[in-house]
Amino acid sequence: MKPITHLHRPASGRFVTSVIIGAGQAGLAMSHCLSEADIDHVLLERGEVANSWHKERWDSLRLLSPNWLSRLPGKCYDGVDPNGFMTVPELINYLTDYSRSVTAPIFTGVTVTEVSRTQSGYRVQTSEGEWQCKTVVIASGACNISMIPGVAEAMPASIDSLTPMQYRNPDQLRDGGVLVVGASASGLQLASEIQNSGRQVTVAVGEQVRMPRRYRGHDIMWWMDQSGLFDLNYKEVDDIGRARRTPSSQLVGGDRGKDLDINSLQQEGIDFVGRLAFVHNNKAQFSGSLANVCKMADLKMRRLLKHIDNYAKEQRIVDIPEAVHPEDTRLSDSPRLEMNLISGEIKTVIWATGYRPDYSWLKVPVLDAKGLLKHDGGVVGSPGLYALGLPFLRRRKSQFIDGVGDDARDLCAHMKNYLDESWYSTKVSVA
Amino acid sequence: MNVQAKIANNGVNVAALLEAREALTEAPVAAQFQWRASCDWVDGTHTVAQVEKFHGLCEEQSHCKEFTFDIDHPEVFAAQDKGITPVEYVLVGLAGCLTAGVASVAQNRNIQLNKVRATVEGDMDIQGILGIDKDVRNGYSNIKVTFDIDADASKDDIEALVAQSQKRSAVFDVIANPTNLVVEVK
Repeated sequence: MKPITHLHRPASGRFVTSVIIGAGQAGLAMSHCLSEADIDHVLLERGEVANSWHKERWDSLRLLSPNWLSRLPGKCYDGVDPNGFMTVPELINYLTDYSRSVTAPIFTGVTVTEVSRTQSGYRVQTSEGEWQCKTVVIASGACNISMIPGVAEAMPASIDSLTPMQYRNPDQLRDGGVLVVGASASGLQLASEIQNSGRQVTVAVGEQVRMPRRYRGHDIMWWMDQSGLFDLNYKEVDDIGRARRTPSSQLVGGDRGKDLDINSLQQEGIDFVGRLAFVHNNKAQFSGSLANVCKMADLKMRRLLKHIDNYAKEQRIVDIPEAVHPEDTRLSDSPRLEMNLISGEIKTVIWATGYRPDYSWLKVPVLDAKGLLKHDGGVVGSPGLYALGLPFLRRRKSQFIDGVGDDARDLCAHMKNYLDESWYSTKVSVA
Repeated sequence: MNVQAKIANNGVNVAALLEAREALTEAPVAAQFQWRASCDWVDGTHTVAQVEKFHGLCEEQSHCKEFTFDIDHPEVFAAQDKGITPVEYVLVGLAGCLTAGVASVAQNRNIQLNKVRATVEGDMDIQGILGIDKDVRNGYSNIKVTFDIDADASKDDIEALVAQSQKRSAVFDVIANPTNLVVEVK
């Protein structure tokens, strides 16, 4: 087995056709494709391979997708537990192992400080010197920064404030109640773990995507994979902006078959309230929209399960249990609308309100008003600039380990074409 | 394929709304609206409100005429009942907003509506406004909207219309979420 190339100090002003920023699953997958296409390139990684997984995830986290659903170009899961869910250390091993099959140099411990346009391509400035290249692949992840809503500023100083990127385990928290803001996979996983540590948890629910872990004898992701839902192309989606902003599904890997939804967590003793709307005079106010938010999640889940039922019928998949849809979300008739933040009821607030990528180093005018990358399926408006590993980049599965490979193949083909054409046009202009 | 798709007609110009959405994404300043009303005291608890002008799309706008509204309280409040109460106007606003939302979403989803009726009930303990019990709030403790909808769609699809209408409703948001409120004397 080939060791990872740890070349810490690239010489300044080196030339290469393509620079991949980031050596997580997206960067590694892209490297694999570029090598196959004979496009010379390097990977620049600020930390080590799979850095975000090393540094920015809580202890108990497991992948939301089962092990078999971790296919990457040139790699698939070959362990003993295809239906299990990788822990973070297992995933790091998996990706590190994958990085050994990468033939291009991976420069670890190299922070990209600026990417700017040049006449023939891009200049990539780093903590360890500069690179000139024709194309750049931004594979630095979708979750670099925790998003915290503006109301956070009005929280009293006596409340500890934490993001899922800072959270490791419940021992880190003071005794006392915890308000978790957000009901995505992160929010609900943390809520459950903290509630089980003996702290009373309240979850403020904004948008949510509900689905059962298992359905009709299979993992829900098996059905989504089989029935083509994961392959849904970004061009077939009515409102791709909304699809890309959708929070992660309420799922947890690990305890097989365990559902992570409001019904199951209420049984653990967790309280649910509406979206955190306002903090004023040391009081938190919650939206009265909880019933509707839950209704929408129930309806969307039912649509998903009916799609699966239809698929099973069309494909004549037999020997599976009858369709039993989970019951609708049960809520109290009048969920609470207010919480006194200095009564001692809660000591900690956790902002599970989403993540966003960090593009502070990108000095090419390709960001929208919200600071997000404008791109068409990963092809960015500046020629030769690509993005990979973002939610719904080209298909529904884009942000999953298993989904990044198809995107990498598409973008690699696009890049090859672009390089061939620009080579041709250079020739012509020279002639 | 030669399938004649049925096009729903609920009288909502969805194409124009979607066009506006696209245009305002590019020019967020044009999306800044201001709605206005004025209200004159007449006698007792009877007041008359006028609504005509508003601001939006970067310029002053106007309804086709000035609309006026009598506001009063019923006889059980020892008033003249020259109009509905302010809190009932809130229910009117909510019902109007959600019902219009249902029509718009249905049009966008190509669902033909045959009948839509919203019934709104707002529960209020008037010990609050009378200052009898300081623990009772002045406003509604609960508001319930019941939709009776006849449409060419499944029950789940109809429920989804109503859910999406709430998600995009301004009045729903005004009622369900806090708003900064400034009242001044000139």
